Amino acid sequence: MKNEETHITSYSSHAIVLIILLILTTISVSVTGWHFGPFSVLVALIIASIKVRTVITHFMHMKFENLFMKLMITGVFTLFALVIIITFIDYYFR
Amino acid sequence: MVTPEAYNEHYENETGKLGMWIFLFTELFLFGGLFLVYAVFRTKYSADFHIAARELNAFIGTMNTVFLLVSSMTVAMSITAIQKNQKKLAMFLVLVTLLLAALFMMNKYFEWAHKFEFKLYPGSQVLKNLPQGELLFFGLYFMMTGLHALHVLIGMILLSINFIKIKTGKVNQVHYLLLENSGLYWHLVDLIWIFLFPLLYLIT
Amino acid sequence: MSNSEPGSHVSYLDYKGKYKGIFSWLLTTDHKKIALLYLNSIIVFFFIAAILGVLMRVELIAPGQTIMGPQTYNAMFTIHGIIMIFVIVIPALPAVFGNFFLPIMIGAKDVAFPKINLFSFYLYIIGAIFGILSQFIGGGAPDTGWTFYVPYSAQSSTNVIYALIAAFILGFSSILTGLNFIVTIHRMRAPGMGWFRMPLFPWSLYATAWIQVLATPIIGITLLMVIAERVLHIGFFDPALGGDPVLYQHLFWIYSHPAVYIMILPGMGIVTEIFPTFSQKPVFGYTAILFSSLAIAFVGYFVWGHHMYTAGISYGSRWFFSFLTFVVAIPSAIKVFNWISTMYGGSIDLKPPLLYAISFIFLFMIGGFTGLTLGALATNVQLHDTSFVVAHFHYIIFGGMGFAFFAGIHYWYPKMFGRMYSNRLANIAWGILFTGFNLLYFPLFIIGIQGMPRRYFDYLPQFHTGHFISTIGAFILFTGLVLMVSNLYYHLNHGEIAPANPWKGVTLEWQIPSPPSHENFDVIPQITGNPYVFENKSQNNQN
Repeated sequence: MKNEETHITSYSSHAIVLIILLILTTISVSVTGWHFGPFSVLVALIIASIKVRTVITHFMHMKFENLFMKLMITGVFTLFALVIIITFIDYYFR
Repeated sequence: MVTPEAYNEHYENETGKLGMWIFLFTELFLFGGLFLVYAVFRTKYSADFHIAARELNAFIGTMNTVFLLVSSMTVAMSITAIQKNQKKLAMFLVLVTLLLAALFMMNKYFEWAHKFEFKLYPGSQVLKNLPQGELLFFGLYFMMTGLHALHVLIGMILLSINFIKIKTGKVNQVHYLLLENSGLYWHLVDLIWIFLFPLLYLIT
Repeated sequence: MSNSEPGSHVSYLDYKGKYKGIFSWLLTTDHKKIALLYLNSIIVFFFIAAILGVLMRVELIAPGQTIMGPQTYNAMFTIHGIIMIFVIVIPALPAVFGNFFLPIMIGAKDVAFPKINLFSFYLYIIGAIFGILSQFIGGGAPDTGWTFYVPYSAQSSTNVIYALIAAFILGFSSILTGLNFIVTIHRMRAPGMGWFRMPLFPWSLYATAWIQVLATPIIGITLLMVIAERVLHIGFFDPALGGDPVLYQHLFWIYSHPAVYIMILPGMGIVTEIFPTFSQKPVFGYTAILFSSLAIAFVGYFVWGHHMYTAGISYGSRWFFSFLTFVVAIPSAIKVFNWISTMYGGSIDLKPPLLYAISFIFLFMIGGFTGLTLGALATNVQLHDTSFVVAHFHYIIFGGMGFAFFAGIHYWYPKMFGRMYSNRLANIAWGILFTGFNLLYFPLFIIGIQGMPRRYFDYLPQFHTGHFISTIGAFILFTGLVLMVSNLYYHLNHGEIAPANPWKGVTLEWQIPSPPSHENFDVIPQITGNPYVFENKSQNNQN
């Protein structure tokens, strides 16, 4: 394994990411009043997921980590989602 | 695997970081259990959840979200600073992160105090008289934000330790694994809040 | 190779480090010493829980009250389960053999985070202490069963909270061990040891560690929720407040089913090491066993509902869980096939480790088949909460993981302690153990089918014969255990000095002295080939 050069994220990169996150937050709050009916949770979760992904890839540096780390984090979230979905096979069909 | 020539500081840092990431996964699953309970009861009592959520102040919630998002940026910047050997800037950024965390906790304190004033807490008679879905919403609210606040406190302790160690030079341009891992932990605290905020405060 | 020069090394047991005397144990960060700390603690707790089991069997020897009242009986099966599950079976294999041999088998000097390793041990002890405290403080010993089902666990006036805290802390210990092992395996394999050159016991620990890390937090939060239920009346599981008691069962079993794979996977890993050594032949189907371990770990996350078929869950989810329960049995069956194929045509040396490993297959298969009977929806209705279930899980946990533990200790004892035990005594102990085990548990299948409920202090006269035989079996089993452990303890100081490689094994632990030195290897080995290469020419076709 070679001695890798450590990637240093620039201050401006961090600042841009914050601005993106704040914009997404604004969107999230604004659409609260809209009527999505049963999809309101989904919309909220989608926006939250984009924010979470942004924090993970940029602030937490996942974008610059190796493939295995990326697979791990994807796997972990997938596993969690599957557990929730399977639990709902019970609740949804009772 | 490791070759003898490659086993160095950088290798140990990557090892430490991997350990921290795995710890973060455990935290995700810890909160995950609560999210599962939330999902079940939100589905069952969607109207009650909607009504109960009106008791929460979306403005304070948004403020807290902004505090944590900015604090994530400042802690990430503090790592950039230490990597560039800008010691004073790193210390300043960690301090700002701590300040934002403190503001978050202050808001949380006022929120909870306000609820307690109206006898809205688990086990109270007021809560018992509410419709069941609303009771469960508040139970989830207190347990989820409570557990989250505990993690904010732990994060603040970690950040304080980092502040001192940067000051004394123990955390520096070469040895900054502690700061990096504390930063990861702090981002996790932020991540959980990013999910909590819309699910508790922004229910339409 | 300089690693096995006799007389040129100091055993880890005699190593003089920073601390002296008892502190060289209490403050050690040497993975081998930590393994022994765990081993000794586990033996003590195991005998406590085993004696509780024997006492329960004495109560059940005849209908009606024999030596204890119903409340005591309920408390007994609760603490027996809590200790056995959380203090013995979940931690034991990773904490003892994983700790001792994982670093050595991958050519490392220690685990990735030695101090966290020691911290895991202390968490383990603190958790166990909370468990013990729950027996003696105020409200009395918990009587909910180790499964802590609501609503009773929220209402019982006994010390449920102490037991919940115990399980929480023990869970945290388990998480940290798993975390340590994942990072160790990723980052500390010796040069040349690619993933597919790693032996299968470390692979089994890898699969196990992921379960430890990802499943345990869920029971952590669930236990906290029960505490919140008791103290704050939070309502999640209380129907009167709008909650759902079945939700507790979901949360509980989302961890506790994967937990049984934490229990069995390392055991399978151990016997996978024993078979090639005592057949002097490479493992048959290295890749198949490897992927089977990962498959069991993965699919095992999705079968938890098979504990809940009669709890009121939807038909769709019952169908789903039953189907996946049958699927998860397949990789285990693949492994059994591979173990037997490993032995086929080999030069069999029936030493105690192999004897235990072979009986492991036999007992594990009985446990596994009866698991399918329970996993099928129709038969489950008859068998749920009967002593059939009790027999099933004792076959698979005790007969499986337990016998794998015995196999492991007999296999690695010379390496760990530098001595040989008496093979004759080990074999006699095995015979007594094996007989006692089957006499104790097999009748429980029969009376279970006939309708004997589990966790019942009393029973109808028609079940008397089965219970009587079972209790006799318990005494025989206990005798076998005492003999087995005595053989091992006695020879610690009186046994023949062990050579570096008494069994002609080929994995890395056999290339270093018995016992190992403090840092395991004088020179980190360079790995140049597959792990199971034996010197007899034609046997080495690795697939």
